Amino acid sequence: MNEQTTAPKIKKETKNKIRVEFDRVSGWERFKLKYLTFRFLGMTIFKFFRFILLIGISYVIIYPFIAKIAASIMSPEDITNVTVKLIAKSPTLDQYKYIILENNFFKALWNTTVLSLTCALLQTFICCLVAYGFAKFRFKGNKFLFLLVILTMVVPHGVLQFSMQQNFAYFDVLGIFGLLEKIGIGSGSIRLVNTNIPLYMLSAGAIAFKNGLYIFMLRQFFKGVPDELEESAYIDGSGVFRTFFTIILPLSIPMMITVFLFAFSWQWTDNFYTDLLYIGGDKPILMPDIVAVPPKLALDSSYPNKAISDYTSAVKNTAGLLIMAPLMVIYLFCQKYLVQGIERSGIVG
Amino acid sequence: MNLKSVEGSAATIVAAKPAKRKNVSLDKKKAKAGWLFVLPFVLGFILIYLPIIKDSIVFSFSKITVASSEWIGFDNYQAVVKNSQVIQTLVSSLKDLILDIPAIVIFSLFMAVMLNQKMLGRAAFRAIFFIPVILSTGLIDQINHSDSSLMDQMQQEVDTGGTGSSASEIIAAADIAKLFSAMQIGTGLVKYVTNLVNEIYDIINRSGVQMLIFLAGLQSISPAIYESCSIDGATAWETFWKITFPMISPMILVNSIYTVIDSFTSSDNEMMTMIYDTFNGKGPITNAGSRAISSAMGWLYFIIVIAIIGVVAAVLSAYVFYQRRD
Repeated sequence: MNEQTTAPKIKKETKNKIRVEFDRVSGWERFKLKYLTFRFLGMTIFKFFRFILLIGISYVIIYPFIAKIAASIMSPEDITNVTVKLIAKSPTLDQYKYIILENNFFKALWNTTVLSLTCALLQTFICCLVAYGFAKFRFKGNKFLFLLVILTMVVPHGVLQFSMQQNFAYFDVLGIFGLLEKIGIGSGSIRLVNTNIPLYMLSAGAIAFKNGLYIFMLRQFFKGVPDELEESAYIDGSGVFRTFFTIILPLSIPMMITVFLFAFSWQWTDNFYTDLLYIGGDKPILMPDIVAVPPKLALDSSYPNKAISDYTSAVKNTAGLLIMAPLMVIYLFCQKYLVQGIERSGIVG
Repeated sequence: MNLKSVEGSAATIVAAKPAKRKNVSLDKKKAKAGWLFVLPFVLGFILIYLPIIKDSIVFSFSKITVASSEWIGFDNYQAVVKNSQVIQTLVSSLKDLILDIPAIVIFSLFMAVMLNQKMLGRAAFRAIFFIPVILSTGLIDQINHSDSSLMDQMQQEVDTGGTGSSASEIIAAADIAKLFSAMQIGTGLVKYVTNLVNEIYDIINRSGVQMLIFLAGLQSISPAIYESCSIDGATAWETFWKITFPMISPMILVNSIYTVIDSFTSSDNEMMTMIYDTFNGKGPITNAGSRAISSAMGWLYFIIVIAIIGVVAAVLSAYVFYQRRD
């Protein structure tokens, strides 16, 4: 008892450091207690296997990309050569060069960028509006309307493809253009296929691909925003819309980035709508138009059949890599917002 | 004069009353604003989506030729139901999906729990694991689908450059099958597990969004609960089953339904492929009205999907635990 009450012996004292001498369990004992236990052993084994597992699954995810990148710098000789695995013997950039030069790459990139960017921005903004309406306002029929939102997500596109094509090929709002034709104005309907307009219209109406999911996510997020925030704004005399634009939207930027990322990348790689509505008709776009073997890369018949088909698919995959490259760059910049955004959405509630 | 003033005051009272009421009903004002916010969706739904749905239903009941379309009742549906190939595809795709859905949900929960733990290189692992979210539309598959000979092309892709990029070559399930058969578990289970291992690439690719949702759910569980648990001496295993699992159960419901929707409507589903093929006149039923038949097929499929979602939701919501707020 007495020992503890006495002040510890001071070994060395400087201006901002002090060394005190006191009784300590020996280093070996401490080491034994800390590391030579079953608990520590178990944790180490667990951590080791967890690490291995994560590495393994990461490998499964990344390997196809590595293989495709490896194949994309191979020459036809390397692809026919069975002994060449992953590392090309005579690497060339011919595949990239000719796809970019001969397949109208930059034009297609520009067209797709315009299309995807417009759609994604529209969808993000419109879905924010709609989701905010569902989250913070009580009005008659809001539950029914929300059910309709879920419905748009559940109905498979395949069911709607024919009528969607027909509707946009002969576009007519509630028969108004038909009526106008009877009076003598217009031709009864507008032809919207071959333009970007149908996709913009779907985006503006929040009924494009997976918009139901975005509305659901954003609604959960807005529900988590405390009501007091808006109430104080209302008391200060701010209107509903002003409150939304100046207070709510700046708050929800991580969530908006998440939705934007989804919308942008899913539109970027989309093939279904662009195919159905002939959007690539006269303008090249990335997804279907780039993926073709440029004439300079086509192998002549001196190669065996298998080599030709292998090389063809290697070239196509290179085109795929070129399509994905911009997405990957965007992803690297935005990925930290992905978890952050969803995290704050608090879908739990 | 007097009378007039009385009348006048009465009139002002009458006039004032509705004005007062207008001020009172903030709820109504807010309801109006709510309608304004959801207006884009309402307009889009009524002006664009509803005509599309209506036409699609009408098409499915009619015979369409180049010039005209006539109402033929349930003939299209009968043609679909009587076609054995359609039924076969439907049954097999349903079976696949019912087996895949628990696998995807369990896998994504497992991975989310992993990625939620503190460890070396967590940020890097997270970044890698969410790559499939961005590229989950199966771009590569589509590229290889764009040619006619589907299976050949897929196979070639596997062999590209002698690199053997297929996931099934990375992990051979044969060893696992041997392991399990030595353990004398039912062959059905062994088959299921080996199938899953062979499809691991597919499952990983399809569980990106689910992983995100689970991760978000895990992070919204209050650390105070875990702390009190560890003070009471609960092991990690107990904590998982008594705390994490119940708290995450609403997420399991959401994810199961999302997985059902996602896998039923994704374009690499067998049934959807068949609907597309029928639409393009390459399907099992290739008479003149193949487009109408694809509509009919789609609606039948939709009804089945809705039924499955209903069952899944009903079964799971019985077990979902909601933490009472306040």
